[in-house]
Amino acid sequence: MATTRIPAVEGWFTLDDAPSLLGTRCKSCGAYFFPKETFACRNPRCGASELEETPLSRRGKLWSFTDNRYPPPKPYVAPDPFEPYAVAAVELEREKMVVLGQVVRGVGCADLHAGMEMELVLDTLYRDGENDVVTWKWRPAQAAEGRAQ
Amino acid sequence: MRHGSDQEIAVLGVGMHPWGKWGRNFVEYGVHAARAALADAGLAWTDVQFVAGGDTMRNGYPGYVAGASIAQALGWNGAQVASTYGACATGAQAIDVARARILAGLCDVALVVGADTTPKGFFAPAGGERKTDPDWLRFHLLGATNPIYFGLYARRRMEMFGATLEDFARVKVKNSRHGLANPNARYRKLYTLEEVMASQVVSDPLRLLDICATSDGGAAVVLTSMEFARKRAAQPVRVAAVSTVTPVYPNTVIEMPNFATDSAVGVAVPDVPFRDSIARRAYEQAGIGPEDVSFAEVYDLSTALELDWYENIGFAKPGDAEKILRDGTTALGGKQPVNPSGGLGCFGEAIPAQAISQLCELTWQLRGQAGARQIAGAKVGVAVNQGLFGHGSAILATI
Repeated sequence: MATTRIPAVEGWFTLDDAPSLLGTRCKSCGAYFFPKETFACRNPRCGASELEETPLSRRGKLWSFTDNRYPPPKPYVAPDPFEPYAVAAVELEREKMVVLGQVVRGVGCADLHAGMEMELVLDTLYRDGENDVVTWKWRPAQAAEGRAQ
Repeated sequence: MRHGSDQEIAVLGVGMHPWGKWGRNFVEYGVHAARAALADAGLAWTDVQFVAGGDTMRNGYPGYVAGASIAQALGWNGAQVASTYGACATGAQAIDVARARILAGLCDVALVVGADTTPKGFFAPAGGERKTDPDWLRFHLLGATNPIYFGLYARRRMEMFGATLEDFARVKVKNSRHGLANPNARYRKLYTLEEVMASQVVSDPLRLLDICATSDGGAAVVLTSMEFARKRAAQPVRVAAVSTVTPVYPNTVIEMPNFATDSAVGVAVPDVPFRDSIARRAYEQAGIGPEDVSFAEVYDLSTALELDWYENIGFAKPGDAEKILRDGTTALGGKQPVNPSGGLGCFGEAIPAQAISQLCELTWQLRGQAGARQIAGAKVGVAVNQGLFGHGSAILATI
């Protein structure tokens, strides 16, 4: 049976080949929010209620990184045997914000350093029967912007 | 607003239940600590007019009404009650509620108490499937345990300032030496740099011995008006300031349980970052500066985080924390010792009790009752912490 790819959470990212995180942007002051803020802008000097959905930059600079050597507790769905994975905090230049994400399989802390360019991809978070439950992950940028697949 | 000495209250009594993994009802630890604090104050439970409890999230309904749960176990005495929760700042919030009532003239004698019974292993979010709760989602989507955030801060320190694994281990060795003689500490064992660095990696670069455990424990303080205290103690320890500030937007450092920082688009970033603002507000309230502080108790959730705190509380300039660690400034016998109690490294975290236990240590040090870990001539102590959802606190005590 073919596997079906489903997002681990609805509406947080696009499912295309060049995926983006989906945030919101305040129409009044321009602030970005991730996950989406939909009720009111959180800039206390703004507070406007019109926020529009917007894709966030797919690339950014690595702010810091670490990893999980032990399985996190539920509700994380940890495979058995557990495979350690890295977590990255990536600074998006246009949005002026730092966004967390897992790092793709096969890239560990030894492969990372602050300031390096990272890009967003989709990858399996866990398998649920025939479903491939996917989420956003960071990986070291592999090609110049515009030429990435 | 009141200022300076008009804002002061007295710490008439302090008491703790030793930290450990005892596995009993948290209320027992609270009662033990409360009785110890009352005995230290020379007061009876029936003298207490107001009870402020620090809540625990991991012990069911009694934990959400901790003030009343512990008051009931002590025997209902008709006191007014409040129970508060503020993550790692829970105990400081409870202290601040009691302080406000005392300063408002609504009571003279308040008991502040917090206690916890913790599960084994990583802290996990509340149960159920709660897809709008960022604390649930960070575990589900990222597996972002608390040590993941500590690891990000630690690695950032290494990348920005050249901190090393040995620096982190040196914090643990220092604190393990401090805690050796503390009867309330859970871990009383002197570690070597090699042992710390050779312990299992949990969240790179942090090793098991760099990260604080979760513990059972209880702490209590009896707070009174200055007028009430002066009739009973020649020179009582005074709480000169309590800060429970929230961050100022945009908060540009990633914090638990968030997936992202605030965006700094279209708005100036505050001159004082959140973690710096915590102690600064307390210094402002008391009208002093970090140079006036004899010692500090800081929230060493990780060894690396203790180094961040040196800078956040103004003991060192950004990037200089490793220097004042290496030259002994922050060790017992140094110019500004940090975590003379042994810190979380020796205690493990009993969340609602922790900030109260910090005030216990400030009090023992200021009274000259800290035994083998005594700081000679301690006049002013500061205690700080920070936790989930933008909570942080600082308590400044003096004699």
